[in-house]
Amino acid sequence: MGLIEAIILAVLAASTPLLLAATGELVTERSGVLNLGVEGMMIVGAACGFGGAWLTGSVIIGALCGIAAGILMSLIFALMTLGLAVNQVATGLALTILGIGLSGLIGSRFVGEKISLAPHLYIPGLTDIPLVGRILFGEDAFVYLSLGLVIGVWHFLYRTRAGLILRAAGDNHASAHALGYPVLRIRMFAVMFGGGCAGLAGAYLPLAYTPFFIPGMTAGRGWIALALVVFASWLPGRLVIGAYLFGAVTILQLHAQGWGVGVPSQLMSALPYLATVIVLVLISRARTGGSTAPAALGTVFVPDR
Amino acid sequence: MRKILIAATAAVLATTAGLFGASAADKLKIGFIYLGPVGDLGWTYQHDLGRLEMLKALGDKVETTFLENVSEGPDSERSIEQLARAGNKLIFTTSFGYMEPTLKVAKKYPNVHFEHATGYKRNANMSTYSGRFYEGRYIQGIIAAKMSKSGVLGYIASFPIPEVISGINATMLGAQTINPNIKIKIIWANTWFDPGKEADAAKALIDQGADILMQHTDSPAAMQVAAERGKLAFGQDSEMIKFGPKAQLTSTMNNWGPYYIERVKAELDGTWKSEDFWGGLKSKLVVMAPYTNMPDDVKKLAEDTQAAITEGKLQPFKCPIVGQDGKEVECKAGTHLDDGQVLGMNFYVKGIDEKIPGK
Repeated sequence: MGLIEAIILAVLAASTPLLLAATGELVTERSGVLNLGVEGMMIVGAACGFGGAWLTGSVIIGALCGIAAGILMSLIFALMTLGLAVNQVATGLALTILGIGLSGLIGSRFVGEKISLAPHLYIPGLTDIPLVGRILFGEDAFVYLSLGLVIGVWHFLYRTRAGLILRAAGDNHASAHALGYPVLRIRMFAVMFGGGCAGLAGAYLPLAYTPFFIPGMTAGRGWIALALVVFASWLPGRLVIGAYLFGAVTILQLHAQGWGVGVPSQLMSALPYLATVIVLVLISRARTGGSTAPAALGTVFVPDR
Repeated sequence: MRKILIAATAAVLATTAGLFGASAADKLKIGFIYLGPVGDLGWTYQHDLGRLEMLKALGDKVETTFLENVSEGPDSERSIEQLARAGNKLIFTTSFGYMEPTLKVAKKYPNVHFEHATGYKRNANMSTYSGRFYEGRYIQGIIAAKMSKSGVLGYIASFPIPEVISGINATMLGAQTINPNIKIKIIWANTWFDPGKEADAAKALIDQGADILMQHTDSPAAMQVAAERGKLAFGQDSEMIKFGPKAQLTSTMNNWGPYYIERVKAELDGTWKSEDFWGGLKSKLVVMAPYTNMPDDVKKLAEDTQAAITEGKLQPFKCPIVGQDGKEVECKAGTHLDDGQVLGMNFYVKGIDEKIPGK
């Protein structure tokens, strides 16, 4: 395996959890809800995903457990912010804190256990093609799933009526409500979708990355996913670029250290974040009109009955 | 909603009363402050194993309370004080960053005894204790040089502090006794704990030609990557053979149990004194996991080295030690570097090509 091939494989693996979580959050935010609890939903997804896989020996059941856990967490958020109209920012932060504690509790009996990693695709002939074979036809299922998910979300948001309604709820909930659309129900499904994606992203870590569970193993990836949504200016296509760019800089800075590039490692570690900031500035400079954020993002909606 | 609030307040009050109220039994109360969760499989996990071992030996005379996930810095002061006020007579604070807060609380509670791990500030009622982890690293260096086919070692480091740098140097000095031309690649993860990033760093090191991995970060991620890629690795802090049955050569383990037993016994006997304890292989604070996945001659060499260090015949930092700049380092203890030089180490030895970040 060549070095470049190895680097690309590592980049894809590092980017996938970010892409999964960010895709879910993008849909949530497009419906007008800001859920800052991605990190909390991810870590609970990691604990439950590992638990499911460890108990049953099946990666698929593990992934489903992760998704279910993420959805359950997001339902707590939906109950608070949509049902009781509580402030979304505060609830999201609380959800993260809750998730970190809860995952430690759930995961305490799995600590020190080990599972086997999710298998990688292998198609005789195709996977053996030099250079591109492993990259195109030799990934684990999550990598393909994440890309499929982005395409699906793009199609949903821009090519279906339901997607249009969801965006309408996110841009002007009063108008959507006046037109007779169930704004709160739409938002609840969007929040649940975000939760499921975050749970799956969390489960990816123990199922396909490092086959064990340790409390706190998401190590801030949920926050990166949140930043990526802003970075992508709420567009699914840009999300893919952002996630892979972030993954690439993360992996390349490690390699640069190994090659002995004479830059302090602290600066290298900051590079992915610096790159994000720079691209954000470039995007906002290049943009012609105003902000692309959903207009009703983060605002509480209480329908007048 | 109000009912819930009242119930919650009552619950909090009840818990607080339990914490601060007089103890039912007349058992001696011992407190522990942990940096991470007890299930981190690394640093905190080992401290908790030590606590449990102590409880097993002295459980009929003492009871323990621990607070986990206590972040370092000023915030930890409240937690330490909480334990002191709850009637704990001996309190172990198990991370470097608790140094100032522990000292502050110690001065406020002269009748309570404190033990701070890995620090250097003491008081009449505050001891310090730590491990000579570099002794294990030296043995690892020897094994690594023997086992490496590519002649390149991969080292995942956390932060450029003296403890980590002395570990890298000890590894290199050990390795150079076998192969003077051995190379080491160092990747700084700039975190103690991020399994994903540690795995990424491990992959990068292997992809760049390293065939033996060692780490100064906390999770078993690197071990698992080594196992997956058919390479060899050393565990860190605790036994990690489960994550690499065919990959782990050994692991430098922190064994706090005997120390905790000794200190709690002293407290029970009324003979506790403020001390500075820096234990290594000899006092069994540093323990090597079984030597596995290596031929018998390497195993023998490792065991002999371990015995020599234990008996004091071999000093990992024995003079002459030449720095990266080619100049010999001053030999303050006559035949080897003194403890102060090791505790404050901020140079690489000759043979390491890279530079300490930020220097």
